[in-house]
Amino acid sequence: MNKKENAPIRIVLAKLGLDGHDRGLKVVARMLRDAGMEVVYLGLRQTTEMVVTAVEQEDADAVGISMHNAGHLTLAPRIVKALEDAGLDVPVVVGGIVPESDLEAMAEAGVAGVLGPGSSAEDVATCVREAVAARGE
Amino acid sequence: MASEDSTLISLVEKASEGDRRSVGRLLTLVERGGDSAEQVAEATHTLSGKSHVIGITGAPGAGKSTLTACLARDLAVSEYKPAVLAVDPSSPLTGGAILGDRVRMEEASEAGAFIRSMATRGHAGGLALAVPGMVRVFDAFGFNPIIIETVGVGQVEVDVASAADTVVVVVTSGWGDAVQANKAGLLEIADLFVVNKADRPGASDARRDLELMIDLSQLTGQAVRRPEIVMTTATEGEGLDEFKKAIFEHKELLFEGEQISIRRSKRWKAEVRSRLDYLLSEVATESIENLEEEKGSSPGSVARKIAKNLLKKDELR
Repeated sequence: MNKKENAPIRIVLAKLGLDGHDRGLKVVARMLRDAGMEVVYLGLRQTTEMVVTAVEQEDADAVGISMHNAGHLTLAPRIVKALEDAGLDVPVVVGGIVPESDLEAMAEAGVAGVLGPGSSAEDVATCVREAVAARGE
Repeated sequence: MASEDSTLISLVEKASEGDRRSVGRLLTLVERGGDSAEQVAEATHTLSGKSHVIGITGAPGAGKSTLTACLARDLAVSEYKPAVLAVDPSSPLTGGAILGDRVRMEEASEAGAFIRSMATRGHAGGLALAVPGMVRVFDAFGFNPIIIETVGVGQVEVDVASAADTVVVVVTSGWGDAVQANKAGLLEIADLFVVNKADRPGASDARRDLELMIDLSQLTGQAVRRPEIVMTTATEGEGLDEFKKAIFEHKELLFEGEQISIRRSKRWKAEVRSRLDYLLSEVATESIENLEEEKGSSPGSVARKIAKNLLKKDELR
């Protein structure tokens, strides 16, 4: 509906399971805030259900998941599927440690973008913006 | 436009059937403002008016989120269907915001409370327009009570919180002396005070300062009913039962007599006022956009001239 273009992007940020490294997520939250987005910060120890609930209630435009425990090949597809099953058409962006050899598998699983260490604030914001724009078309 | 209308109708239909995603979408439409917001307002207005609205405000770090989270969780596990509207400030520089209230509201959310985070989005008055509309969406689809949680540092946020049926002001020990209490204007709006972090030294001083200020308000005849003061340590769960009890007592008091209708008609008037302010300020902005400086005319005289012309016109949509 109208005015959609003017409204800030709303993104849900979370870490799943027992992965306790949340510094990266906090930095990314600040980067996205400074890029003019509204960050719904869930933080640590989230489940896929909690992320789905948050996306539903917050009417979020995107989801950002941070992963540092090599669980990305299991958890990223799971969250993409859980969102799809709930009828939520929102892109999932993954940040953290993802080996290059897994990038193809991530794309196949429906992950909209992967941000590794060293990504600049601009890279992060652009990745989210493009992922949201691609869904909007 | 036809498709927009049908989308709206189907959203309202699904929301009445309990679809939370549709409620989420409707909240977004109201938050964004404009024509869709007006349509949602029309669609929800007649369905609303049944829910008890609780406003929780106070300085940053006083414990509003923790108290709100405990309250929402307790209500959700008993027979209620609570909704929380948690307002956080937008960055004045970038317009972005970090909305962190869900971190503390995990248990409430899992117990079934509907939690919606909201950024102030900078534009003055925007909040005053969006919040009543969003509360109405919750109200229309059976959420009760509705808790609005705001940072009570700005006048707009205080106004928003005071648009509730029951207004709770949260303070802590060392929150400032009695003079601050008077200055902040919080006394006039509070139906209930919570002194949180009551395990810290100085909590009883905070209580005493509040009592004193309330005494003074009673003396000047400003306050009708003496607001209650509850001591809590929200993180430890101390005093939460008293907190809940005080809220429900206030609710009963409101609903038992004329109070509720007086309060709501004031609220209705205030909302008309903020919508009127908004419409007028839009017209005002338009009319000075292409204004050329008239050397020799005072700004006041030019403003009066413009106002005179505007009042004759039918420019509002």
